[in-house]
Amino acid sequence: MNHPVEQSVIQLLGGLLLLTVFVMLSIRRIFTMIRVFTVQGIILTANAVFVGAISGEEHLFLLAFFTLVLKVVVLPVLLFRLIHRLRLRGDVEVVVNVPLTMVTGILIVVFASSLAAPLTMMASTISRGLIGFGLSTVLLSFLVILSRRKAITQVLGLLSLENGLLFSAINATYGMPMIVEFGVALDVLVGTLLFGVFFFQIRESFENLDLERLEKTWED
Amino acid sequence: MSGGAGSVLGSFFQIVLVGVLGPLLVGWVNWVRGVLSNRKPPSVIQPFRDLFKLFRKETIRPSGTSALFGLAPYVVFSAMVVASLLIPVVSTVSGGRAMGDAIVLVGLFALARVFMALAAMDTGTPFGGMGGRREMMVGFLAEPATILVLFTTYLLSHSTMTGVTSEVVREGSVLPTPSLVFGALAYFLILLGENSRIPIDNPATHLELTMIHEAMLLEYSGRNLALMEWGSSIKLLLYLLLGISFFLPWGMSGSPGWQGDLLALAALGGKLVVAGAALALFETLMAKLRIFRVPEFMTLAFLLAILGFLSHFILEV
Repeated sequence: MNHPVEQSVIQLLGGLLLLTVFVMLSIRRIFTMIRVFTVQGIILTANAVFVGAISGEEHLFLLAFFTLVLKVVVLPVLLFRLIHRLRLRGDVEVVVNVPLTMVTGILIVVFASSLAAPLTMMASTISRGLIGFGLSTVLLSFLVILSRRKAITQVLGLLSLENGLLFSAINATYGMPMIVEFGVALDVLVGTLLFGVFFFQIRESFENLDLERLEKTWED
Repeated sequence: MSGGAGSVLGSFFQIVLVGVLGPLLVGWVNWVRGVLSNRKPPSVIQPFRDLFKLFRKETIRPSGTSALFGLAPYVVFSAMVVASLLIPVVSTVSGGRAMGDAIVLVGLFALARVFMALAAMDTGTPFGGMGGRREMMVGFLAEPATILVLFTTYLLSHSTMTGVTSEVVREGSVLPTPSLVFGALAYFLILLGENSRIPIDNPATHLELTMIHEAMLLEYSGRNLALMEWGSSIKLLLYLLLGISFFLPWGMSGSPGWQGDLLALAALGGKLVVAGAALALFETLMAKLRIFRVPEFMTLAFLLAILGFLSHFILEV
């Protein structure tokens, strides 16, 4: 059970995933954010393939295939088309300034890793050290959702959160049961389609996708 | 090369090597940049020609400057020469193990930077003051990241000696570990910032409002300017050498002996050629950042450094 090359690659992938969420936190353009999301999909696919190769769990290859189709091809294409139809090529505002968000993010990584440390002790998988990174990705995606105002970037944060969950699941228990994963994948797909409809509704009602206005209307 | 006369000879050889390689590296980077931007590139030895010419020229001291102005070039140059002894260049065994560790190295770079900025402010010209302040800002943002990268490497080797760290990494596995990969990325950004390379400052421009490094050297001439330029070319080389010795030490010689040293010297030459070309490619592709975006750039370096630092504890314990 000694796979130094694969293990090193898996650890690097974990680091890269964390980096992509930080990129999401700091980036201003929606287009680039979707590309980062695509990169996350590629990282997840590669992670599933390598963990599958080490552990010999065959369903991980199936999972990798579906991740590739759904998160690298279908969802980004859907999102890109949505942006074209909504004519959103402009900038994303950042609520908190970037260095401050980064520092908050670093604190979250420390918090999540210490939280995941007991889990790491209990898990028996090869890549168990990465549970902390998966949890950090989940919490950082919350930060992405919190720090953005535009509806579409919040959805991207949600999708990235789901990526973090999948990553944790692969590394903590070699993936959830296949049926659960299918369910989640379908939920994400349907969710994105529904969000697309919602975007049009929101824009028709408020002439903007800035959710700040939504809150103001509630207050009145 | 350890002990007694051999050590002195080795140190002397290292100083000469670094002194020659520094301008050569700058010439090589400029040559590649020239080729990449479809210009007729200047010769690789152009920096040497510039230095020789400057050394022969008259040195003019602006009126109203204090002794600090004349002293700064010597301090900067000698800080760089001393710093070159603290970095393993050819062999991990050589490189002044008794003299000081990487903290001293960071201190020496800081000393040179402070003197450069003070001398620039000493002239009393607006550009000098502006350049000095900007240099101090970049330095103050880069330093925490530098220290963190150094600490990350110490976690692996349990030593602050550059030679020991380099030896530990060299004997370890060639497979990349996340902490070293993040450390290397952070170090690359620091290198760009500390050496006034393109996203932070453009070393080729004399456009007053954007420059940092050049603004500090505006009043220098002749021998003083030559020492400053030589010193900063050595600084760039030293940053690359330190990066190579921490993150790519394979090919360095681990034991005393001429044969190993010669082989390692060839490997070093190859690495520097590749690193210089990569630097030039990066600089050609990037645009200079606005000065107010520099804190974000350095935050990124700090972030990468801290991710490397943390991933050592999370993944590699």
